[in-house]
Amino acid sequence: MIEIFGVPLPSLMGQLTLGLVNGSFYAVLSLGLAVIFGMLHIINFCHGACYMLGALFTWMAMEYFGLGYWWALLLVPLSVAAIGIVLERLLLQRLYKLDYLYALLLTFGIALMIEGGFRYLFGATGKPYSIPDELTGALDLGFMFLPKYRAWVIGASLTVCLFTWYMIEKTRLGAYLRAATENPKLTQAFGINVPVMVMLTYGFGVGLAGLAGVLAAPTTQVSPLMGSNMIILVFAVVVIGGMGSILGSVITGLGLGVVEGLTKVFYPEASAVIVFVIMAIVLWLRPAGLFGKGA
Amino acid sequence: MQSTEYLRVSSLHAFYGESHVLHGMDFTVRRGECVSLLGRNGAGRTTTLRAIMGLTGKRTGSIMINGREAVNLAPHKIAQLGVGYCPEERGIYSSLTCEENLMLPPKVGSGGMSVEELYEMFPNLKERRHSQGTKMSGGEQQMLAMARILRTGARLLLLDEISEGLAPVIVQKLAEIIQTLKQRGYTIVLVEQNFRFAAPLADRMFIVEHGQVVAEIAQHELQEKQAFLQETLGV
Repeated sequence: MIEIFGVPLPSLMGQLTLGLVNGSFYAVLSLGLAVIFGMLHIINFCHGACYMLGALFTWMAMEYFGLGYWWALLLVPLSVAAIGIVLERLLLQRLYKLDYLYALLLTFGIALMIEGGFRYLFGATGKPYSIPDELTGALDLGFMFLPKYRAWVIGASLTVCLFTWYMIEKTRLGAYLRAATENPKLTQAFGINVPVMVMLTYGFGVGLAGLAGVLAAPTTQVSPLMGSNMIILVFAVVVIGGMGSILGSVITGLGLGVVEGLTKVFYPEASAVIVFVIMAIVLWLRPAGLFGKGA
Repeated sequence: MQSTEYLRVSSLHAFYGESHVLHGMDFTVRRGECVSLLGRNGAGRTTTLRAIMGLTGKRTGSIMINGREAVNLAPHKIAQLGVGYCPEERGIYSSLTCEENLMLPPKVGSGGMSVEELYEMFPNLKERRHSQGTKMSGGEQQMLAMARILRTGARLLLLDEISEGLAPVIVQKLAEIIQTLKQRGYTIVLVEQNFRFAAPLADRMFIVEHGQVVAEIAQHELQEKQAFLQETLGV
C-alpha cells in the first residue's frame, strides 16, 4: 500500500476530504458573516444559532412533517432567512445608529435565547439524520473511496460560494450592494432603497448559515448545541481571513478545514487547537487578516 | 407662475445632531432655470443641498419638488421624484469601475441620456470605463459624477462645488456642459465657491449667510451689485 510520511494513502485522503467537508461549512458560514459585516457593520453572533436552526429544522421537517432532505434543502434556508428578516426589522435596525457593540450584544443574546429554547424543547442530546438515498454509498476513485455525501457537501458549498461571489462582484444587484456598503447615504440619494437591501442582505447571510445547517445535518448529530461549537471556530476563520472579504473567507474556510484534517492525521493531539494557533500567528504577523484590507 | 415652479424651499431648518445649520432657507427655482447658491464656507450652501436630498438630520419647513412635498420623504423617495445629486466630495465608489459607477443610479424619470450620448459628451469616461472609480483623475471623477446623474432622467440637478480643485481647462469644459444642459431644459442648482464660474451660468444667484438667503441677484443686476458682492463674498 502506498504511504505518505508513514500514513496509508486512503486514510490520508479520507482525512483530507473530511477536512474539505468541514472547510466547506467554515467557508459558507464565514461567507455569510462577511456579507453581513460588509453591509451592516455588525458581527452577527447568532450565526451559529442560525446554523443550528438549519440542521434542527431539517430534522424537524422529517420528524413532524415527513419532508425529506431535498425539501429541507429548499425550505429550511428560506425559513431561517425569514427569521433573520424579522429579527432585522424588529430589533437590529434600531441599533444601526449606535455603537456596533450593541448589535453584537443583541445578536449574542438572541443566540443564547434560541439555543436555550431549543435545548429546553429537545434536550442537548444529538439526533441522528440519515443521508438521503441518492447520496449514500461511495465513489471509487481508484486511489480512494469518496463517500458521495462528502462530495456533495463540498460541491454544493463551493457552488453556493461561487454563486454569491458572482452575484456580488459581477451583477447589477451586486453593484448596488457594493455601493451601499461603501457609501450607504449617497447610494440611497441615487434612489436605491438601501434599508430594504440591508434587510435582505441580513436575511441572505443567515439563510446561508441555515443552508450550511441543512448540509451538516446528515454529517453530525443534530443538537441545539452544535452551533456554539461551530461558531467559535468560524470566528477564528474570519479573524484569519480578514473581515469583509468574500473570496478571502471562502479560501480561508476551505484551507483551514484541510489543515485541521491533516493535523488529525499527523499530530492528532493538536487538531483541536491548530486553527487557534494559526489565528494567533496571523494576528501577530498580519493583524488585518490574510485577505483584510489594512488594519 | 405656480406651474413653472420646479423647486420651492420655504423656511427650511436643518440640523446635524444638536447643531442647527439652516435657519429658514427660502428660495424658488423655476423649471429650466439655473440658479446658484453663493456664500462663504460654512454658510450652509452644501447643507441646503443635503437637506433637499434628506441627508441631514432633522428637517422642518417645506421642500416642494415639482409640486410634491419632500420634507418628510426618505432620500431614495426624493431621488425618485426626478432629482440628481452630485455631492461635493464627488462620491465616486472605489469598489466599482468607472462604468459600474456610471450605470449605478437607477432611472428616476424618462428621457435620460443614453450611455453613447454620455460617452460622446465625456470621451475620457469611455477610455477609462474599466478603471477603478477612484483611480481616475479629479477631473475624470467630476465628469463621472455629472454623467451618472444625467443617465437617470433626473430633471432637477443639484450640483455641489463641481469646479472645486480642477484645472482651468476642465472648469471651462464643465461650464460648456452646464450651458448644454440649460439648453436642454434641465433645472439646475449650482452651489459654488467659484463666483467667476457661476456668474455667467446662473440666471439668478442667492447669497447665503448663516443658513439663510440674504440676497437675490438676477443675471442683469450683476454690474450694479458688484460692490455688494465684493463685500459679502470677497470676490
